[in-house]
Amino acid sequence: MKRVSLVVTLALAAGLSAQAASAQTLKTVKDRGMLSCGVSQGLPGFSSPDDKGNWTGLDVDICRAIAAAIFNDASKIKFVPLSAKDRFTALQSGEIDVLSRNTTWTLSRDTSLGANFTGVTYYDGQGFMVKKALKVNSALELNSASVCVQQGTTTEQNLADYFKGNNMKYEVIAFGTNDETVKAYESGRCDVFTTDVSGLYADRLKLANPADHVVLPEVISKEPLGPMVRHGDDQWFDIVKWTLYGMITAEELGITQKNVDELAKSDKPEMKRVFGTDGNLGEQLGLTKDWVSRIVKSVGNYGESFERNVGTGSKLGIARGINNLWSKGGIQYAPPIR
Amino acid sequence: MAIEPRKPPSLLLPRLQRALGGRTGWSGFVLQLLFVAALAWICYEIVANARANLQAQRITAGFGFLANTAGFDVSQNLIPYSGSDSYTRVFLVGLLNTLLVSVIGIFFATLIGFIVALSRLSPNWLLSRIAGGYVELIRNLPLLFQILFWYLAVLAALPNPRQSISIFDSFFLSNRGLVIPKPIGTPGFEPFVVALLVAIVAAIALSRYARQQLFQSGKVIKVWPYVLGLVIGLPLISALIFGAPVSFEVPALKGFNFAGGARVIPEFVALVLALSTYTAAFIAEIVRAGILSVHKGQMEAGSSLGLQRGSVLRLVVIPQAMRVILPPLTNQYLNLTKNSSLAVAIGYPDLVSVFAGTTLSQTGQAIEIIGITMGVYLLISLVTSAIMSFYGWRISRSMG
Repeated sequence: MKRVSLVVTLALAAGLSAQAASAQTLKTVKDRGMLSCGVSQGLPGFSSPDDKGNWTGLDVDICRAIAAAIFNDASKIKFVPLSAKDRFTALQSGEIDVLSRNTTWTLSRDTSLGANFTGVTYYDGQGFMVKKALKVNSALELNSASVCVQQGTTTEQNLADYFKGNNMKYEVIAFGTNDETVKAYESGRCDVFTTDVSGLYADRLKLANPADHVVLPEVISKEPLGPMVRHGDDQWFDIVKWTLYGMITAEELGITQKNVDELAKSDKPEMKRVFGTDGNLGEQLGLTKDWVSRIVKSVGNYGESFERNVGTGSKLGIARGINNLWSKGGIQYAPPIR
Repeated sequence: MAIEPRKPPSLLLPRLQRALGGRTGWSGFVLQLLFVAALAWICYEIVANARANLQAQRITAGFGFLANTAGFDVSQNLIPYSGSDSYTRVFLVGLLNTLLVSVIGIFFATLIGFIVALSRLSPNWLLSRIAGGYVELIRNLPLLFQILFWYLAVLAALPNPRQSISIFDSFFLSNRGLVIPKPIGTPGFEPFVVALLVAIVAAIALSRYARQQLFQSGKVIKVWPYVLGLVIGLPLISALIFGAPVSFEVPALKGFNFAGGARVIPEFVALVLALSTYTAAFIAEIVRAGILSVHKGQMEAGSSLGLQRGSVLRLVVIPQAMRVILPPLTNQYLNLTKNSSLAVAIGYPDLVSVFAGTTLSQTGQAIEIIGITMGVYLLISLVTSAIMSFYGWRISRSMG
């Protein structure tokens, strides 16, 4: 881990000194013929490789959608697996074009890191997992517990706040990667494993006996997860931002992977704007007119991606909840494409 | 005819020429000057560009973050620390944890290394083969693997706190570490320490006097009963007068973990075990090489004086071997200190983990933090080297 961050830092120093702050990410990506996308080191449902090395997940779909919008080919991506503590340095140094790695949007990250969040792909919150045998029913019963956590996350800070705020003592053991953290929890070094609730469900699948572990009901924080891009390139910021909005808009309009070709012929003014048969909105972004149909053809709309990766159609089986569309009781909402 | 004393030639010019790569005349000087200027220009460009680009991307720069609140907790802190302390405090906590594991690791590595080396040279066939097997096995397995082995295979196999192995109901060994009674100072503590210090100083003076007598008049004074009496007796008297120096806070199981007492965390134990056994394998070979480098005649000369094998080694061979041993031994000490940064793999909160890990990730100031961390490791290494050089200088001086 030390070596990785050292290399990344040297790359950062070199990158920052060699090239002027590039405001041309789109051109760089096109010239390279490939999008470089920072993902996790393996979090089922969000970004994890299968046994053939194909990356899948909600965060991965964002990158695939961007690649589809640029190249009309969702496979022109290089995935860069990053630990929580190395991710921002990799983005700053230009090693990756976009960070799509279940990263919580906070004020300090949005400002001092030299990067911007482009939107929220998943509204999450932090929770706790314990062994059923401990017979704990609430996070407030965790006084004096040992807690395993991945370092360099908002989780680590929320944990400190929560135990302090509730006058409880605890012992924290922080590991460099998620896998090490889960392994230490499973070996009995800790009583509690904490991360975002979606992560708890995903990591529980990795345990030997998932049924022996229970996720406690308390959600102790707001964790809006979303992609990040570097400061200083507004065009690229817009492309990544509107890729997500394109997926959400497609769901709002009922455009799916199956009916996209059919609906593209629609005469409705709204559909014509979205599909680019009227106006040149896609070109204003620096993309092509048919950017939305390219995205939907390759990864589907937001709802399809959600169901396939983390929703009831997946192993995780997480309900849509607040991640549903605003019109269906959730808070996912896209500004109009016009 | 008076002979003019010849002036010694000025040493400055040839020295300068040598420093400039042996070229004579001004061409060499100009070349070197150009080289240095180019180097300085490159450095300046790197710094200036990095600064400009950091500003252009509005990445926070500078060392102001060190005063900000850290907001996260650390599992082992030698100085009082809580999440509301600053990043500077986190830095110190991490640094002390690194130093602690290094110093204790170096102590055990040296001890085990010397024992293994002497065993390997022992005439006892079985002992020397066991020592040889140890060296070959340990030094040929990757260190990270050994750390994970101790942590995940050995220490994690210990029972959970509720079923911990207890010794006299005051020492508890579990997968949360070793919990021991914590000594707490009482009013009798200060007089006790004073008495102990006085006893030690007196004992040292006594031994020196005895040694002097031995060299001057050949009189052998049996000094150890007095030393023992002083070191045990004086503090005992103090304890009798002022009361026991410490009372013990006995740990007890409370909730998930033990409350009270002092605790050695398993991450620390795993790291010290792995670092010291691994480095000891290398030290053993260094010590063996050093001892073998001393001429066989020295050993025979010692034996013919009537000294026993142990005394020959201690008084004749090892002091001479130290001159050969010391430089590579220093290397091993530096390696151990630097290898301690592998701690991050098992969650031991060393400098790299809490500062170059969590702090870097929270602040995003990679250049500053990696810079500080590299500087600290460099400083630790230079100080270690300096101490070892001083020791080497003393040895060579004492041997004339």
